[in-house]
Amino acid sequence: MLVKALKGSPRYWSWMISLLMLMGVGFICYLWQLNQGLTITGLNRDVSWGLYIGQFTFLVGVAASAVMVVLPYYLHNVKAFGRITILGEFLAVSAIVMCLLFVIVDLGKPMRLFNVLLYPTPNSILFWDMVVLNGYLLLNLIIGWNVLEAEYKEVSPPKWVKILTYISIPWAISIHTVTAFLYAGLPGRHYWLTALMAARFLASAFASGPALLIILCFILKKFSRFDPGKEAIEKLSAIVAYAMIITAFFVGLELFTAFYSQVPAHGTYTLMYLFAGLEGHGKLVPFMWVFVVLAALAIVLLVIPGTRQKESTLLLACGATFISLWIEKGLALVIAGFIPNPLERVTEYAPTLPEALITLGVWATGLFMLTILYKIVISVKEEIA
Amino acid sequence: MRTTRRDFLKIGGVCGLVFLVFPTVKGLAAGEGQESLIRKLAMMGQEGSSSVPSRAGTREIKWGLLVDMEKCWSRVDCVECILACRREHNIPDIPTPKEEIKWIWKEPFANAFPEQEHEYLPEALGEKPVVVLCNHCDNPACVRVCPTKATYKRADGIVMMDYHRCIGCRYCMAACPYGARSFNFRDPRPFIKETNPSFPTREKGVVEKCNLCVERIDAGLRPACVEACPAGALIFGNLEDPDSEIREKLRSFLTIQRKSELGTRPKVYYALP
Repeated sequence: MLVKALKGSPRYWSWMISLLMLMGVGFICYLWQLNQGLTITGLNRDVSWGLYIGQFTFLVGVAASAVMVVLPYYLHNVKAFGRITILGEFLAVSAIVMCLLFVIVDLGKPMRLFNVLLYPTPNSILFWDMVVLNGYLLLNLIIGWNVLEAEYKEVSPPKWVKILTYISIPWAISIHTVTAFLYAGLPGRHYWLTALMAARFLASAFASGPALLIILCFILKKFSRFDPGKEAIEKLSAIVAYAMIITAFFVGLELFTAFYSQVPAHGTYTLMYLFAGLEGHGKLVPFMWVFVVLAALAIVLLVIPGTRQKESTLLLACGATFISLWIEKGLALVIAGFIPNPLERVTEYAPTLPEALITLGVWATGLFMLTILYKIVISVKEEIA
Repeated sequence: MRTTRRDFLKIGGVCGLVFLVFPTVKGLAAGEGQESLIRKLAMMGQEGSSSVPSRAGTREIKWGLLVDMEKCWSRVDCVECILACRREHNIPDIPTPKEEIKWIWKEPFANAFPEQEHEYLPEALGEKPVVVLCNHCDNPACVRVCPTKATYKRADGIVMMDYHRCIGCRYCMAACPYGARSFNFRDPRPFIKETNPSFPTREKGVVEKCNLCVERIDAGLRPACVEACPAGALIFGNLEDPDSEIREKLRSFLTIQRKSELGTRPKVYYALP
């Protein structure tokens, strides 16, 4: 089936070549980082994780959200999702590949990566994250590929694929829970030290992932003969609406606990840094207000039936959802967790150009994979149609 | 016997599974045993073949450090402990503060003890310098989170770093509530003024921190900072020995600790004047 990715229109090829170029630029910057060390990034001794780990965290959510199409289809027999479950699974595959790449580019000694396997450490959450992320990647790759192959051959998929699919449902929840535990289990990082973290992660994941899937469905519909079906889009947009409202609710809960209790150890200073600035530092303040405005806009557009059902406003709502949650999770959550530092000082962080280019390169790699996988899906579906 | 494709795949699959599962089971089962092996290896590395039989590793020892603030403050602008540590451990002098490597350094009282701060604190006190370093916690968060056991706690309580195993993920830096860990953002070697050949230099990409002079302790010496202090303000000793000097001081002074509310059980004590 892989050969189907090699036949495409000039537009397909120019898209792929532009992605390859971005990947090349990112790779060159990465070689530079490998040579010079992480000094070429904006990371520092106070904010020791930044853009890379932020993207990792955000994309684990996108990957986990595949469960939002798989679960209704396999457990509740929602037939409308039949045509798009494979899209959800392959989106998860590409997202996990990006996650793993983001972890690797963040390492100071990437050549020692396999020490995590050589010296397995069950008390480290990072060890478990490695286990669940790789497991989820394999599950989705195997499931997606076998289902598609069966569809191509016009037979029903083997029985064991269904068993793997059932396993993949709680597994999806696990990847984002374990990723939240990376943060929620640390003493002294007040903003992260909250039992709500995993729930918040899942809620925002189930908004950003399906929102991206809706956008991708419309793109596929525009450029191919693939039609996700009106009902599938309607159901997905309802999921985005609920998840977005729950996300906003959870953010509100954090704000209440911090500001009503007025206990500094509830992340009060970090929230002040995010929304108003602290001690004259406020690089993230404009981003946070963009987050607030976009999130509010998305909720309004998603709640009103008219705007939710209309293609243009739905796309706007999904774009607003995706961007706002990217700001909240891919940018603010990780960076602001380090502010103020353990000695009550504010050290700010901003990514450097090479750091941004490496990040872009990893995103391009993910999109490249996604394009190949979706190209195969579309070709198979067009052929058997 | 003919091996069919199916058989081959089955055997291959089982082998693959064993290969994946075995290290995990081994890791879970080994527990304490593996830790002591690491300790032995670490000690071998530091002491070479002429290993002095040290008391480290026995349960009766738990090293601790006490800072007598009055004595420390008696010498204004003194940085002897910091310099001694720099020389002993090949700590680079990196000009950009954001990438500094710090093992022991000074912080204003109000920053070292934010929970002690209040608006009527004598202004001089809030600004007074306090030496801070790794607290060698009895319940270290950094050790808990490290995915490769590159940072680990010896039986005598010293929290150690294995620079050869660290993958540079910096999870320990996120976990440490004291800001006691530094990352080598760049090659530190050009920034070392005078290299001490008896202690390793580090490479870019690994985390490092105070090791309580484990190399000296295992040779029967006191930490370099303790020995260098002209005021005798740093008291090092065995917390498990009720007759030790540090226990004597702990009995006679009011001592505080940094962020003890976090449950890390630090082993560095600060005696108030």
